[in-house]
Amino acid sequence: MMEVLFYIAATVALLSTGLALTRANAAHALIYLIVSLLAVAVLFFLMGAPFAAALEIVIYAGAIMVLFVFVIMMLNVGQHGIAQEQEWLRGRNWIVPGILAGLLLLELLLALRHAPATTAGLTVSPKEVGLALFGPYVLAVEIASMLLLAGLIGAYHLGRRFIVRRENKR
Amino acid sequence: MADMAGIWLIPLLPLASAIVLILSAGRMPRQLAALLGAGSVGLAAVCVAVLTRDFLADGEVREVTLWTWMAVGNFTPKIAFYIDGLTVVMMSVITGVGFLIHLYSIEFMWEDESICRYFAYMNLFVAAMLLLVMGDNLLLLYLGWEGVGLCSYLLVGFWYRDPANGKAARKAFVVTRIGDTAMALGLFLLFTELGTLEIQPLLAAANDQWQVGDTLPVIATALLLGGAVGKSAQLPLHTWLPDAMAGPTPVSALIHAATMVTAGVYLIARTFGLFLLAPPTQEAVAWIGLATLLLAAFAALAQHDIKRILAYSTISQIGYMFLALGVSAFASGIFHLVTHAFFKALLFLAAGAVIHCLHHEHNIFRMGGLRTRLPVVFWSFLIGSAALAALPFTSGFYSKDAILLSAWELPGIGPWLWAGGLLGALLTGIYSFRLVFVVFFGEAHTEPDRQPGWKMAVPLTLLCVMALVGGLLVLPLTGVFPPTGHHTANHAIEYISIATPLAGLLLAYLLFLGRQLSVDALVESPTGSKLRDFWLNGWRIDQLYDLLWVRPYSTISQWCRNEPVDRFYNGVVNASQWTHHKLAALQTGQLRWYATTMVFGLVLLVAIMLRNAA
Amino acid sequence: MGGLQIPMEHVLALAGLLFSCGLMGLMLRRNIIFMLMSLEVMLNASALAFVAAGAKWNQADGQIIFLLILSVAAAEVAVGLGLVLQIQRRFKTLDIDQARRLRG
Repeated sequence: MMEVLFYIAATVALLSTGLALTRANAAHALIYLIVSLLAVAVLFFLMGAPFAAALEIVIYAGAIMVLFVFVIMMLNVGQHGIAQEQEWLRGRNWIVPGILAGLLLLELLLALRHAPATTAGLTVSPKEVGLALFGPYVLAVEIASMLLLAGLIGAYHLGRRFIVRRENKR
Repeated sequence: MADMAGIWLIPLLPLASAIVLILSAGRMPRQLAALLGAGSVGLAAVCVAVLTRDFLADGEVREVTLWTWMAVGNFTPKIAFYIDGLTVVMMSVITGVGFLIHLYSIEFMWEDESICRYFAYMNLFVAAMLLLVMGDNLLLLYLGWEGVGLCSYLLVGFWYRDPANGKAARKAFVVTRIGDTAMALGLFLLFTELGTLEIQPLLAAANDQWQVGDTLPVIATALLLGGAVGKSAQLPLHTWLPDAMAGPTPVSALIHAATMVTAGVYLIARTFGLFLLAPPTQEAVAWIGLATLLLAAFAALAQHDIKRILAYSTISQIGYMFLALGVSAFASGIFHLVTHAFFKALLFLAAGAVIHCLHHEHNIFRMGGLRTRLPVVFWSFLIGSAALAALPFTSGFYSKDAILLSAWELPGIGPWLWAGGLLGALLTGIYSFRLVFVVFFGEAHTEPDRQPGWKMAVPLTLLCVMALVGGLLVLPLTGVFPPTGHHTANHAIEYISIATPLAGLLLAYLLFLGRQLSVDALVESPTGSKLRDFWLNGWRIDQLYDLLWVRPYSTISQWCRNEPVDRFYNGVVNASQWTHHKLAALQTGQLRWYATTMVFGLVLLVAIMLRNAA
Repeated sequence: MGGLQIPMEHVLALAGLLFSCGLMGLMLRRNIIFMLMSLEVMLNASALAFVAAGAKWNQADGQIIFLLILSVAAAEVAVGLGLVLQIQRRFKTLDIDQARRLRG
């Protein structure tokens, strides 16, 4: 019974990802993407990783995707933008990416032939994750924090209105 | 010994005079230049005369070492002189005839503005030639060899403002250079095999190490022969001598008749021991001599420039000397060298007098009737031509006769060589008296505008005397060459040898003086005129060489003009630039393109990994 | 409840499928926003693979890597969207093919 749930969630994730990447309207695509992320969170939960599931929802779908939404609303592309996207999505452009992505998929699937294993079926609780984080992986945590700091500064710097300043300097 | 000290003076006097004349940069008054130029050679001649008198008295070989030239490993050539009979003979010819020619040159070149330069080069030449014959090792000989080659170039191109003269000088230099290179290779081979270049030890070592007919002596002597052929203007390197007549006539007399062209003969005579060890080469010497002799004689028949006739005649006579060396009649060859020096210098000086007095006319068919107008010159020419044709009791008669007799006596090819030599003698008689009859008899087409002075007349007279009585000289060559064995007196051969030049004289008389016979019809006919042109152009050997060597070389140079090797390197550059452009085209600046190519690479990588893991 | 016992091939196959979908989108779309979205999809797919691996071995490491991937994605999106804003201001379009001044 529970396995069926897994496969349903997997299908939802796949479908919504496919839909997300083939929409002309950016906002629609984002919503589909959020659905995909939620489905993946369900998968995490079903595999016994509740912490990962929670993080997926809270941070990935809740923060990162919202960031996307904000930017799209700010850019305010409009109807002509949607028409342009539709034009770019015509059939001829699908050939080469399709072939290459298909080949890679084939290889990945071929690589999976000899892996007759299953997941453990046990939950890894948040407590264990926390112990591991502040134990063997504390260095990684520190580095991740520096990465986030860099991201922060970068985002602040890049978000400024450069053009005005440049014209002033000239 | 007092004369030992004086020996080094002999080459030093002309050399010092040359240096002084060169350093004067042409600003010396011409009287002083003439005094230095002729005087130095005259003094050297006096020293040589003293040396000869002493040598004839005691017959001892004199060896004088001045200093060691260089010391490299076990190669230590010295500046040293080796005076034996052969050296004394050569030195006497060089300084004696040389002095007479220098004296003659004073008058001949008096009006020339570069008389200083002329005497500088002439003295330098005499010094180099003396070094050549006096040296006791082959390296010193080679130094003199190169020195005379240089002076020949300088003197043939003396009137350098005319480009044709420069061309002739360069031709002389380049053609003899080919021979010089062969000779240098021969010297290398000799040194490598025998360990020394000093002539007497070299000959002794060769006799110890090598058997008669071994490959090494054949190769070494063939290379030395190459050098001799170049310097002595024999087939195939004879093409420079007729063109070298572009120089002043005394130069032709000294260099291209009496001395430089005999350097090849001297070389072979000096290293005769090596040639005796290499019978194939020695036979080649004889055949080269014969072929050249005949070729030049035919060519001389068709020439109309007075100096070119004499030039081809020189080539022909040196062919006789080579013939003599080829049949091991070394002493006869040297004897002919000496007599040839006398009568050929005489002929050239007389021709120079004709040219000088007829304001530089060279074409014999525009002269004529000079017998009465230039009597001294006429008698000089007559005596010289008689000696050249080897009419009886002239000096040329004795020397040529000895050669022909030795040729006849050689078993095997001897009679053929003798027959060829005889034909050559006939032709010599014809062309030499053709020259005399055309220039000095008949109608005068050009009148002389002056008479030769005492500075020209005295050398001419002295040389006339030598050309007549020189045949009676007994050269002190007994200690030098191996004895040739007793000549069986063969009267038939002797009579034929006497008759042939007289027949030639008769033919020339009939054709050119008495006009009883006429070859005009023969010459005008198609084959006749072709033959005449063929011989006039020296059997068209110049054209042959142009076709064989010059044209291919020019063609290759034209190909190389565009730097074909650079093309390869430029090609490398172009290929890398092309590759760069193609690669640069990959950098479109478009993110999607980059992503696509990355995926492509990723697909390949994963495929490889899968294959390796499988 | 405890986790399920799911064959690893299936999970990893799903991850692979999601990854190639994202790759497809990256190569296909010209709009920068969509390219960034495809990047997120790819990152998500690899995170799925990690978590599945962690679930197999019953260790926390899979989820820790997931956390790190998440932080990377966050930083990258922050900076990326800033860049998008700049591009929009300069080129007046979101077409990434217009931003090719680094060609050559």
